[in-house]
Amino acid sequence: MSGLQSIATPAALARLRKRRAAERRFRLYGRAAIAFSVTALAWLLFSIFSTGLSAFTQHWLNLDLEVKTVSGDAPNYRDLLADAMAEEFEITIDELAQDASVRGELLQILSASEATAQLRRRGQVEPRAGAVTLRIPASDLTDQFLKGHIDRGLAPSQRPVTDRQIEWIDQLVETGRVERRFNRALFLNPDSRDPERAGLASAIFGSVMILIIASALALPVGVGAAIYLDNFAPKTGWGGRMISLVEVNINNLAAVPSIVFGLLGLAVFINFFGLSRSIPLVGGLVLALRMFPTIVIASRAALQAIPDSLTDSALSLGASRMQAVFNHKVPLAAPGILTGSIIGMAQALGETAPLLMIGMVAFVTAVPASPMDPATALPVQIFLWSGSAEVAWAERTSAAIIALLVVLMLINGLAIMLRERLQRKRRR
Amino acid sequence: MMIATLAMLLLACANEGPEPVRVVGSSTVFPFAAKTAETYSERTGIRMVVEQTGSGGGHKLFCSGDRSINATTSSRPQKPSEAALCASNGVKPVVEIRLGFDGIVLARSVAAAPMAIDEATLYRALARELPTSDTDCTAMPNPYTTWSQISPDLPNNRIEAYGPPPTSGTRDAFVETAMETGARHYPCLAEVERDTPNLFRARAHELREDGHWIDAGENDNALVQTLINTPTALGVFGFSFLEQNTDKVAAVSIDGIFPSRRTIRSGDYPVVRDLYLYLRGDDETGIAGYALELASDEASGLGGYLEAIGLIPLPEGERDLMRRRILATFEQNEGQAR
Repeated sequence: MSGLQSIATPAALARLRKRRAAERRFRLYGRAAIAFSVTALAWLLFSIFSTGLSAFTQHWLNLDLEVKTVSGDAPNYRDLLADAMAEEFEITIDELAQDASVRGELLQILSASEATAQLRRRGQVEPRAGAVTLRIPASDLTDQFLKGHIDRGLAPSQRPVTDRQIEWIDQLVETGRVERRFNRALFLNPDSRDPERAGLASAIFGSVMILIIASALALPVGVGAAIYLDNFAPKTGWGGRMISLVEVNINNLAAVPSIVFGLLGLAVFINFFGLSRSIPLVGGLVLALRMFPTIVIASRAALQAIPDSLTDSALSLGASRMQAVFNHKVPLAAPGILTGSIIGMAQALGETAPLLMIGMVAFVTAVPASPMDPATALPVQIFLWSGSAEVAWAERTSAAIIALLVVLMLINGLAIMLRERLQRKRRR
Repeated sequence: MMIATLAMLLLACANEGPEPVRVVGSSTVFPFAAKTAETYSERTGIRMVVEQTGSGGGHKLFCSGDRSINATTSSRPQKPSEAALCASNGVKPVVEIRLGFDGIVLARSVAAAPMAIDEATLYRALARELPTSDTDCTAMPNPYTTWSQISPDLPNNRIEAYGPPPTSGTRDAFVETAMETGARHYPCLAEVERDTPNLFRARAHELREDGHWIDAGENDNALVQTLINTPTALGVFGFSFLEQNTDKVAAVSIDGIFPSRRTIRSGDYPVVRDLYLYLRGDDETGIAGYALELASDEASGLGGYLEAIGLIPLPEGERDLMRRRILATFEQNEGQAR
């Protein structure tokens, strides 16, 4: 009894209180940190989804137009379309002649590029005047107006839609010629300068091809290098010194700003080897270099976490070093290696700066069919769209970000699935 | 996996189609160049790539002798040094096509009171160094900190202007039109221009570095956002951007004239520049057809699709001249071009 009393002195109790208080404080800091990051993430997601979700639908117009004449060598379909629209909205020739801006305003209601393309295709098949039924997307202006992104109450000088245009749009809505549909074009079309026709197909294909090429090169090389460095490389003497130099350099490589890799790619792959600009092959090669150090470092960390006793016991039973490493150590480290590789891939998916240098920040008119065709990548597309002037690009940009997040989540999901399977196998 | 990649690459090389037609250059011309590329590609099936590298970067790539670069756009004329580079790398003959005009506007947030300005005031407000007096051109650091110090009619706000960085063609055009005209209002600087044009240009082109002129990035959306957040600040950017953002920013009149399609086209609005396309005369890809599409009625005529997105068209006669220039240059290989 007296012994116990001697331990629980007032000073000791005070120290105990202090230690417990420190622990409580730390728990509190931890919770605060998590709350902060969750709030930041929620805010980010909310702002992206609240602006981006509306881009997944698009208003379409059903118009029966009386196109006057389709004659001559190269008919100006914009003029023909404007005339037909004027007739549709019962605008007299006098009004058209008086106010030159009416025609332009009429063409701003519908997707003029889509309409002229359809008329041109029709004109090539049967070049004659007559009634045409057009099922075309509404223009970005109409679309944004109908989605409520342009305030009807603003003064006419401050809003991009004129009073006349509002009248016409209302008329179209009243006669039931407007419908809101899922925006398939966003996923199937290549890029366009018209928001209502712009799609991510070229960017998604580009990103996927870049990622496949980059990981096909960087994964085997990176993981192989990590295994060699961890188990087979000489640890002493001149060889050991060389190896530690290599290790330092790989660590430094991971910290090199990514634009430097772009410059390297430009100098080596494009200027020296003569590959084309803006193709996924070069993008993949450059990003493979970018991914490589991340993969080596993560894989080494995973390998080092496996206790040496494991390989030692295999070796003592007569296994070769190769058998000991590949049959016992690597399978155990596989989940960690996989996690590292996924981080590298996710990083590569989000890179823009190196792609800038090799000409992938570009407007490409066709969906690429092979890694040798010009393409863009998802982050590049986001960058290009965010810098464009029209109101509608804001929601399309957010939609592209959502697409990028979905691709990222798919990759992560795949990795987690693989990791779980590997771990389950190991437990058996 | 590596073998799979190699196989894929071989496969890719085997069915490689014709090289795409590639246009590089100015980010101001980019929307117009890309829109035309889209239409042209849709019509002919020729694949096109339009890259924004800035006017300077575009000339450098185009003149490097890289045959895969078919044309460059520019928001300023080609410099003699760039023409020399082109010539030394065998890029000739270089054909210059004017596409239209773009106005450079000064704008403030719609929340700010309207403001009117003239070029002399602009020079006083933004030049790095000012002459000590009308007759004595010794340079002194710009002393003005608020607009009202320059003229009592102007608001009593801090001078704060956001605009494009020195690498931008918009910046070149801004200092060459507005700032040079403003500098000429000093009689002694006008004299300097007669004697040593280079010195005059240096004096007129240098903008303040003491925080009253701020280099904003090339992203005009960010610039507009800055103007909304700082209603007293002035922004400098292209007219097409103003047109799309009338709900957020309003133009400042220069010499009493507001920028509009009409005033820019007529030349009444003073801060205007030409936009160009440069291509090789011996190019046998579809680039000639692309240039013709750019100069066509449907694209850059009145009511054309480029006018709809903010290009100010050339006068009719001049556009016709451009079309004839393209046709004359590419007459021999017209067959391929079309």
